[in-house]
Amino acid sequence: MMNSSLVMYDEDYRKLLAIIQRLAQDATAKGVFLVDTNGQMVAEAGEMQGIDTTSLASLTAGNIAASSGLAKIIGEDEFPTHFHQGQRDNLFITLVASRIILVVVFDERSSLGLVRLRVKKAGVQVAQVFEEIRKKAEHAHASGAGSPFSEITDDDIDNLFSE
Amino acid sequence: MSFINYSAREINCKIVYYGPGLCGKTTNLQFIYNRTNPEVKGKMISLATETERTLFFDFLPLALGEIRGFKTRFHLYTVPGQVFYDASRKLILKGVDGVVFVADSQVERMEANLESMDNLRVNLAEQGYDLDQLPFVIQYNKRDVPNAAALEELRKLLNPQGKVPDFEACATKGTGVFETLKATAKMILKDLRSMSR
Repeated sequence: MMNSSLVMYDEDYRKLLAIIQRLAQDATAKGVFLVDTNGQMVAEAGEMQGIDTTSLASLTAGNIAASSGLAKIIGEDEFPTHFHQGQRDNLFITLVASRIILVVVFDERSSLGLVRLRVKKAGVQVAQVFEEIRKKAEHAHASGAGSPFSEITDDDIDNLFSE
Repeated sequence: MSFINYSAREINCKIVYYGPGLCGKTTNLQFIYNRTNPEVKGKMISLATETERTLFFDFLPLALGEIRGFKTRFHLYTVPGQVFYDASRKLILKGVDGVVFVADSQVERMEANLESMDNLRVNLAEQGYDLDQLPFVIQYNKRDVPNAAALEELRKLLNPQGKVPDFEACATKGTGVFETLKATAKMILKDLRSMSR
């Protein structure tokens, strides 16, 4: 069964946050978002407060999934990078290690070349952290270490649904 | 695939509403959206055609509350039901934690129900999932229409062994909508618990 969870601990989150905060700064980006390919927001940095990040994550994942479907139809494996040009803001989207999506929002203060350059470096670092997360999950699985859910009772679950 | 975030103390799960075209998948989500408190729900996204047929997916994030200090969030998705959107349906099943199959009770839609159920099984298998191992609930929708098939008939076709929890519903009025969602969410949480033990 491939239905194992992605488990992210505080230290992993801090590492990822530091990488994307640096990326936001180095690329002079308005916002940088890390999105799981299943549509979950993992981390965000930058100045774009108050936007609907849940929808951003879900649509980004849908976009990447659709492009990857298109790629396969024409015999490509993936289209790992996407660039959307707007009137004011632009989006640069990269698929990292086939698992995580790096989204950079930038305007005229930056440029596609700069963003592309900085994303390349940050992408490698993000991939490393996710490799550590994967190894940790394998280790936890092998050693039988429980998640917070190993302790929950039927009552805990029922209480969630009590009106 | 659920996402457990210790840093934000959150758990996120994905539920996909599957079923034939016009069976009421989007209507289920719309009812849930209309009847939940603003602090519980996020924005509902519908990627639909001009005639309001789902083109890619509908999406509704819901926060159900806390379990042992972890915020429990469910992301609800629908697939496009029309047969020719199969490529899109496959994409939406990626990372699914639980499936709701919405069946159309109308007699003339029996074949479409069966075809969609087979399609669900095949598309899940392509992603490495076994429908029999996944949290799965069936909803018999449109029970109020005059040409609705008998419940036993629907069960015989879609739930022959009676192993899948099933509910009667009328999604336009909301009957059975929350019961279906709750049953699915509970199954997912129990599944997570058994996987972590």
